[in-house]
Amino acid sequence: MDALFQFLLRMGDNTLVLGHRVSEWCGHSPILEEDIALANTALDMIGQTQLWLGLAGEVEGKGRSADDLAFLRDAWDFRNVLLVELPNGDFGQTMMRQFLFDAWNVTMLGRLMQSSDKRVADIAEKASKEAAYHVERSGDTVVGLGDGTEESHARMQAALDYLWPYVGEMFESDDVDAAMVEAGISPDPASLRGEFDELVGRVLAEATLTIPASPYAHKGGRTGYMHTEHLGHLLATMQWLQRAYPGAKW
Amino acid sequence: MYAQMIKTARSGVKSRDEMTDQEREFQDRIDRGEKIEPKDWMPDDYRATLIRQIGQHAHSEVVGQLPEGNWITRAPTLERKAILLAKVQDEAGHGLYLYSAAETLGESRDELVRLLHEGRMKYSSIFNYPTLNWADIGAVGWLVDGAAIVNQVALQRTSYGPYSRAMVRICKEESFHARQGYHAIMQMAFGTPEQKKQAQDAVNRLWFPAIMMFGPNDSESTHSEQSMAWKIKVKSNDELRQQFVDQTVPQIEYLGLDLPDPGIKWNEERGHYDFSDPDWTEFFDVIKGNGPCNVDRMQDRVNAWEDGAWVRDGLLAHARKKAARQHAAE
Ligand SMILES: [Fe+2]
Ligand SMILES: [Fe+2]
Ligand SMILES: [Fe+2]
Repeated sequence: MDALFQFLLRMGDNTLVLGHRVSEWCGHSPILEEDIALANTALDMIGQTQLWLGLAGEVEGKGRSADDLAFLRDAWDFRNVLLVELPNGDFGQTMMRQFLFDAWNVTMLGRLMQSSDKRVADIAEKASKEAAYHVERSGDTVVGLGDGTEESHARMQAALDYLWPYVGEMFESDDVDAAMVEAGISPDPASLRGEFDELVGRVLAEATLTIPASPYAHKGGRTGYMHTEHLGHLLATMQWLQRAYPGAKW
Repeated sequence: MYAQMIKTARSGVKSRDEMTDQEREFQDRIDRGEKIEPKDWMPDDYRATLIRQIGQHAHSEVVGQLPEGNWITRAPTLERKAILLAKVQDEAGHGLYLYSAAETLGESRDELVRLLHEGRMKYSSIFNYPTLNWADIGAVGWLVDGAAIVNQVALQRTSYGPYSRAMVRICKEESFHARQGYHAIMQMAFGTPEQKKQAQDAVNRLWFPAIMMFGPNDSESTHSEQSMAWKIKVKSNDELRQQFVDQTVPQIEYLGLDLPDPGIKWNEERGHYDFSDPDWTEFFDVIKGNGPCNVDRMQDRVNAWEDGAWVRDGLLAHARKKAARQHAAE
């Protein structure tokens, strides 16, 4: 079923690309505890990727493994939202991006636990425990830095201003989503918005940050129609070994 | 080792006659194999030497994230990426754990980090070498963590309780890293000709730096005696190095790789492998700051610390505000 395959790619590519971005921090974070936490977040994201893309390959039925899908597709075949491929920026931007994604992911996974497809429900159940922890942690950091010093507040507001136009894409719906809703596999992304806004609004208020007024939303990632320029560079790094030595086992 | 060339805070060993009653009693406890705990009396030099050793060990774990982190974004499979992330996360955890052990001696983590960034403390020479191909990641786990284990298994018997317990816990994880590293390089040694070439390249480049981790030859190692008497150091550099060579040479042979040193030969009489001395001039150059990566590694760490200042300040300011609000509400 092609729609299910597309849906699974959207889930797996989100965590793959974000996990990759977070892993770029290794050894360079502001404090040792954050090095540990960021590695742990990246690790969870990669673990979720293995499950989503593993199932995607199975559903596709062409013998492609999670690794084949991660390392041997080109940018136009990636189905992650644009938000997760944006550069790390400073630590504040990384944590704001993480929080916005976590808030969506934890909401989505909560609904997917009721999926009519048991394989999807099982992955969601496992991943939602991690996501609950992630959103608590990234939310605390956003609050701490938003309501910290003048400088940390200004940096967090700048991060939010930069990232907010990429939030809307997570709630877009298209034919793939309609098919998933019809099959009872996944909720309509648009239906998650209320819960997301409640959670994000509460945390950002506590962080003394202001949500930008413009409702404008960039899109093109989850359909693959138009990614940012950043994704190609990310893939060039990530896929290099597999591309340079085709057929080798690692 | 992760702690190399640790200057004992005094020169020569104190004889029993030179010791005060308190010092004699302390030495007796050590000789009986008792552990020294944070609240116990200890000679100032014992404390200072331990702080240096544990601090250097902690710094090594932290700086050691960099050469491995260099390949996280290029790991060739999701599983390899996950394994490497988990390993690097463990190493940072070891750093944290060791800084806490140093804190039991009255030295704060911030102070140790400041000394490192000012170039007044060191980390293991091995992390001043680059990781240049994917096989290096296997080789680092296998050879570098492998060498660390040889040293740290011995240090489980060290006299300072918190350090000894840290070693027990850390060794378990290091063994896991070494096995995973060996498995990664095995995959390459038994893989395509290009992969085998990468594995050979990694072993050739990392062999001598790995055996240098144990520090200079015993004949050149000036600070050992008092540290041995205090059981801060438990085995000599050359003993540990020999043990590492003996366990590692058969592993290289199993991989079907060429030995990285033509001087490696089984010596029936000694019951050990003979091997060539590394280039000790290179070793001392690296220690002095002239290794291939010293400047970049330190720059990375200092930049991370400085770029992160606003984060630490922000979180601290928030914690204070929160405490003040709570206080006002009571
Ligand atoms: Fe370690
Ligand atoms: Fe290590
Ligand atoms: Fe290790």
